[in-house]
Amino acid sequence: MSIDTQPTSCPPPRVQLSGITKRYPGTLANDRIELTLEPGEIRALLGENGAGKSTLMKIIYGVTAPDEGEIRWNGRPVVIRDPAQARRLGIGMVFQHFSLFETLTVAENIALALGPEAHPRRLVSRIREVSQRYGMPLEPDRLVHSLSIGERQRVEIVRCLMQDIQLLILDEPTSVLTPQEAEDLFVTLRQLAADGCSILFISHKLGEVRALCSTATVLRAGCVAGHCIPAQCSDLELARLMVGDAEGLEGSYPKAHGGAVFLNVSQLSWRNPDPFGTSLVDLSLEVRAGEIMGIAGVAGNGQDELLALLAGEIRLPPQESARICIASEPVAHLSPEARRRCGQAFVPAERLGHGAVPDMSLADNALLTGFQQGLLQHGLIKHDKVMAFANDIIRRFSVKTPDAQAIASSLSGGNLQKFILGREILQQPKLLIAAHPTWGVDVGAAAAIHRALIGLREAGAAILVISEDLDELFQICDRIAALSNGRLTTPVEVAHTHPIEVGRWMAGQFDISHSAA
Amino acid sequence: MLLSLEPRAQPSRLMMLLSPVLAGLLTLISGSMLFGLLGRDPLQVLHTLLIAPLSDLYGIGELLVKTLPILLCALGLALAYRARIWNIGAEGQLLIGALAGSALAVNIIDMESRWALVMVVTTGVLGGALWAGLAAWLRTHFHANEILTTIMLNYIALNLLLYCVHGPLKDPEGYNFPESALFGEASRLPTLSDDMRVTIGVYFALFVLVAIWVLAQKSFLGFQIKVLGLDRRAAGFVGFREKRLVWIVLLISGALAGLAGVCEVTGPIGQLVPQVSPGYGYAAITVAFLGRLHPFGILLASLLMALLYLGGETAQMSLNLPMAVTGLFQGMILFFLLACDVLIVYRLRGKKRPRSIMARSTGAVLHQAPAD
Repeated sequence: MSIDTQPTSCPPPRVQLSGITKRYPGTLANDRIELTLEPGEIRALLGENGAGKSTLMKIIYGVTAPDEGEIRWNGRPVVIRDPAQARRLGIGMVFQHFSLFETLTVAENIALALGPEAHPRRLVSRIREVSQRYGMPLEPDRLVHSLSIGERQRVEIVRCLMQDIQLLILDEPTSVLTPQEAEDLFVTLRQLAADGCSILFISHKLGEVRALCSTATVLRAGCVAGHCIPAQCSDLELARLMVGDAEGLEGSYPKAHGGAVFLNVSQLSWRNPDPFGTSLVDLSLEVRAGEIMGIAGVAGNGQDELLALLAGEIRLPPQESARICIASEPVAHLSPEARRRCGQAFVPAERLGHGAVPDMSLADNALLTGFQQGLLQHGLIKHDKVMAFANDIIRRFSVKTPDAQAIASSLSGGNLQKFILGREILQQPKLLIAAHPTWGVDVGAAAAIHRALIGLREAGAAILVISEDLDELFQICDRIAALSNGRLTTPVEVAHTHPIEVGRWMAGQFDISHSAA
Repeated sequence: MLLSLEPRAQPSRLMMLLSPVLAGLLTLISGSMLFGLLGRDPLQVLHTLLIAPLSDLYGIGELLVKTLPILLCALGLALAYRARIWNIGAEGQLLIGALAGSALAVNIIDMESRWALVMVVTTGVLGGALWAGLAAWLRTHFHANEILTTIMLNYIALNLLLYCVHGPLKDPEGYNFPESALFGEASRLPTLSDDMRVTIGVYFALFVLVAIWVLAQKSFLGFQIKVLGLDRRAAGFVGFREKRLVWIVLLISGALAGLAGVCEVTGPIGQLVPQVSPGYGYAAITVAFLGRLHPFGILLASLLMALLYLGGETAQMSLNLPMAVTGLFQGMILFFLLACDVLIVYRLRGKKRPRSIMARSTGAVLHQAPAD
């Protein structure tokens, strides 16, 4: 049916989308999208959460069918019915939300995607080879449920690289990599592109987009807002294309020194019962009132374990209670509820299913951690107080939602994160522990979250931020340390270090004796 | 024209209420077809099953007699199910409640104080709670799945009851029938009026109904139970203690099933017999879901379920239909309810046959034309 493709020396575009439209109940997710990708082109797809990037990716990958529009693959019109067909065409995708079977091993998961002739055992050596070559070490025999978020994403990337691939779609792949590792990945991607593979790269990190992508397409509210060459645009110009209104997006905050030590972790060691998990070794750290302390590190280096210990989800026996002290009070043996009473607030890494109950309304989710804020009387819930608290969060943190009765899972990631952070901040904590506060959050919401954290710091709270985003840590933190394989480096002032140095720490290149000092 | 399911943007509140009604209608239609196939007049059977039992005051009293145990069991189960604690053991907890109460009652037949009744009922409640407590202990200490343990405890409870009724609790003057002695008047629940069998247990049920409503909908404990059911990690992150909540919901649902059992033996039956329950504890599972785990929904659903029991008996007597008709209707209602519940999260949508590629691209062009 390729009547209109003329035989020229110039190859047809790898993929050409025209008039792609997709409606969901209540929203127009994609509105007449036009996008062309040449062989070997690395194109960035930019846009806020909810701009329609994920829908468009799913359409190309055959997960959802467009209501209207046409897809041409290497010049030929195609209907991509399902991901299996997409993979046969040579399309690979790394999802932001992982599509892995937790009860299977890495090799089995990869074998499943490659089709019936692939056998996990025969893949083991190739998986090792591919993962080593691209600087993403993976143990093929490990069960996926024992992997950290970062390691799971590696499986996704490696899985795509094992196929004979012509178009690779990556949805925020670098969020779990150190800068060096990201650079290594970029080398790989550039190499892939040089071999003729087209790459569609979704990221919120404009610096990366500029380093990697030759072209960019910006989506806003389901429509193409514009195309540009990222190397020739400033962050602000790009952000303005995405958001339409760039007020307050530039963030540079003065550094603070902090006052008295509020959170004190001393020589904390914890042996992980999961043989594949990370154990914490002799970890010491102090967070002062009125400062933001940052912990950098690649996922799976002990962040989850440290967070669980700090939150109280893992408790130490009473004789070790002084390993963690809040305002000189030993708390390591206390429940999360008791620690909240000491002034601790907590923003966990996962928004849905951990920080918020997906199927509950925002009002109920406000009550979830806010119940010590006078929302109860004789064990009964004061409904009007809960509503007032929820509405207060929504108003003060500009959460975009119809009302406080909206279900948490119906909010975009950025909005829900603003709500969760607002919920914790409005409880006026003396200590806030926030994990990956802007993971997968669009630029507008990320800036709002950063401002809120700085505001809380100015109010005198001690803040600990654990993040994989070095740019973010350097932007908002006053002191920084890195977690690598369960060990923490000595915190230093952000002003006295550099991302390259912290990146080396993240990769484990630091002196242990230096860290214990 | 094909039908396809499409996810809704938000769960439909309308369908949440409509789904049980729809399930009821589908049950009536399939029931009628079945009776038609059996060569009966469907309308006559349905009349016997659903309308005839309520034709007089006595019938309504009998309806309440059957509603009481189902309602008590279902209210407790609903609380456990909100926490996703799948207590399938209301039947066993009910039987142990009846057995424990009876064991005390036959020993104080001659006692005339009103305290006799209080003691017997309390013993029954504690018996049911103890039986559910076993499942709670197995779950919190050994991570034993409560679905399996509660089902197995049902069989143990039934056989324990049969053993007692054939052995230690058998009436020595009962001509070797497997029955206990009749309880003393002081340990019997008073009836509401002389010509009805329904007892003041109805007041217990109303009190429990309101108490469970407050607990589930208004209290922070109920909120914790709901969070535990929806999202265990979130519950852990805030510090809601899972083990404590598991104990609470199982003890409450066991206590209520025990109350149901002891109200049966001290009420309409008046002694311990092998057939204390025609499966009330199992019917309560259906009722809890049919009532959307909401106390007032459960009230309506338990009235319906009691009517099916009553109608089944009438149909057996007047139409010579087997008692299995009751079970059949219970099963169909639950089946259709689960099917209709799909429509809460999904909606049906007529889907045209996949258009050809050419048609697609033309459609796109037509769509674009006005915009240019």
